[in-house]
Amino acid sequence: MTRPVLWNYDLDDASYTVRLMASLAGVDVDLRAVDVYPGAEHHSPGYLARHPLGRVPLLEDGVVQLRQVPAMLTHLARTGPRGTGFLPADPVGTAAVEDWLAFAFRDWLALSAARSASIFGDGVDLDPLRAAAIAALRVAEDRLVAQSLLGSGFVAGSAASVADIALFPGFALSRDSNIDHDAFPALRNWARRIRALEGFVTMPGIPDYH
Amino acid sequence: MTRTDDPVALNEWYAVASLDEPGAAPQTTRLLGEDIEIGPGGGVRSLATGEALRTCEKWGLLFASFGRPPRALFDIAEARETDRRFVPCGWITLRASGLRVVENFLDMAHFPFIHTGILGTEPHTEVPQYASEIRRDVDEVWATNCTFFQSQIAATETGGDFVHLTYRVPAPFVVMLYRVCPSAPDRLDAIALFLQPMEETLCRAIPLMWLVDTSSTHAELLRFEQVIFMQDRIVVENQRPLRLPLEPRHEIPTRADGSSVAYRRWLKEKGLRFGTTAGAEAAA
Ligand SMILES: [Fe+2]
Repeated sequence: MTRPVLWNYDLDDASYTVRLMASLAGVDVDLRAVDVYPGAEHHSPGYLARHPLGRVPLLEDGVVQLRQVPAMLTHLARTGPRGTGFLPADPVGTAAVEDWLAFAFRDWLALSAARSASIFGDGVDLDPLRAAAIAALRVAEDRLVAQSLLGSGFVAGSAASVADIALFPGFALSRDSNIDHDAFPALRNWARRIRALEGFVTMPGIPDYH
Repeated sequence: MTRTDDPVALNEWYAVASLDEPGAAPQTTRLLGEDIEIGPGGGVRSLATGEALRTCEKWGLLFASFGRPPRALFDIAEARETDRRFVPCGWITLRASGLRVVENFLDMAHFPFIHTGILGTEPHTEVPQYASEIRRDVDEVWATNCTFFQSQIAATETGGDFVHLTYRVPAPFVVMLYRVCPSAPDRLDAIALFLQPMEETLCRAIPLMWLVDTSSTHAELLRFEQVIFMQDRIVVENQRPLRLPLEPRHEIPTRADGSSVAYRRWLKEKGLRFGTTAGAEAAA
């Protein structure tokens, strides 16, 4: 059986989300480095033939070709030997996971935008981007506080789900945008729980220590 | 932000753009506190005063200066060897003084802790004795005979070994590393890091590499350097103060930071203020 192929870029947060999910779910993937910066290889004809939207990551698993990160996360959770725990089976749990997964790929992208501008920006005004990122962090912080009152350590239940994995990189990498984690104690504790999961991996920007 | 009045900083050359970047439209960036515009033809002017800056082109980069640099840009002999792989790595922005970035680049002691599994591994944390000096004839800082145990010294290597390194600071905001090439021990890989000081505590950096490596893909070479650089970025952004102090430090210098001591002394002799704690006092 051939292994899934992940076309990715090491410094890209979305690529890391998929590498993390694969590792947690116990799926071995073949990594292909795409020279996104400075080479703009994701806009090259060869890459566009695979991915007309010109983005990383791209996950190919046999006949399955995925271009959207949420679909990659659920696919890896469904197919990996350690993956099923990341997808609740009951309707209530599923509803919460889908809601927070949508949050992760909408409001939470403010964190990604602030980080890109901090790393690759050329003197752009970071304050509005950072304010939007902090607003998103507050929503997640409040949710985790409410969850802890119910005895749940994760955004959608008492076990880590694909939604938690989708959210983790944005928080963990927010130091790249000079956002202080001290204001978000519930997120810090939650991040510690994710770091303790079997198969957890880091990326540049996320220290191994904590 | 306004332009610094530090004459030492104003009279240096700074990389401000990659030559393959300037498109049809002008691009704006910042240098020494002032916004500048890079025109499609490679001309650079101040957006505050409209005056044109001196410019020159080298190694695929556009250099600019507000002042009158007393000498031409230094030479990188390896850049003239035609069989080398030239790998420009792309600009990365850092919220710190560019001088801090140079100092971090010179420091080998952090390898096992920050670049764990790549440039170093515990328990191999010792930095063997090396020599650092200010070379008066060329007005540069050099650190020679540096060795360090590294677990993966280049994109081609999988096993660990002692690497032999030489560090060179040819200008206050440029730092270089020469590394005995694992696949051709009689030659040196050359890596240069150019800093564009935008503000006292904000800079952009671009690493350029001239490598002997013939087997790695371009993407692999880039990846290796970028991963390391992003690890350094966290370290540098979290140092306090963000500006570089030039006063002799309270700690007793260890052998490991000999090159840092020489670099700071050299900057102090030059009278550079921009990006140093002395610059902060002058501005206050
Ligand atoms: Fe480093």
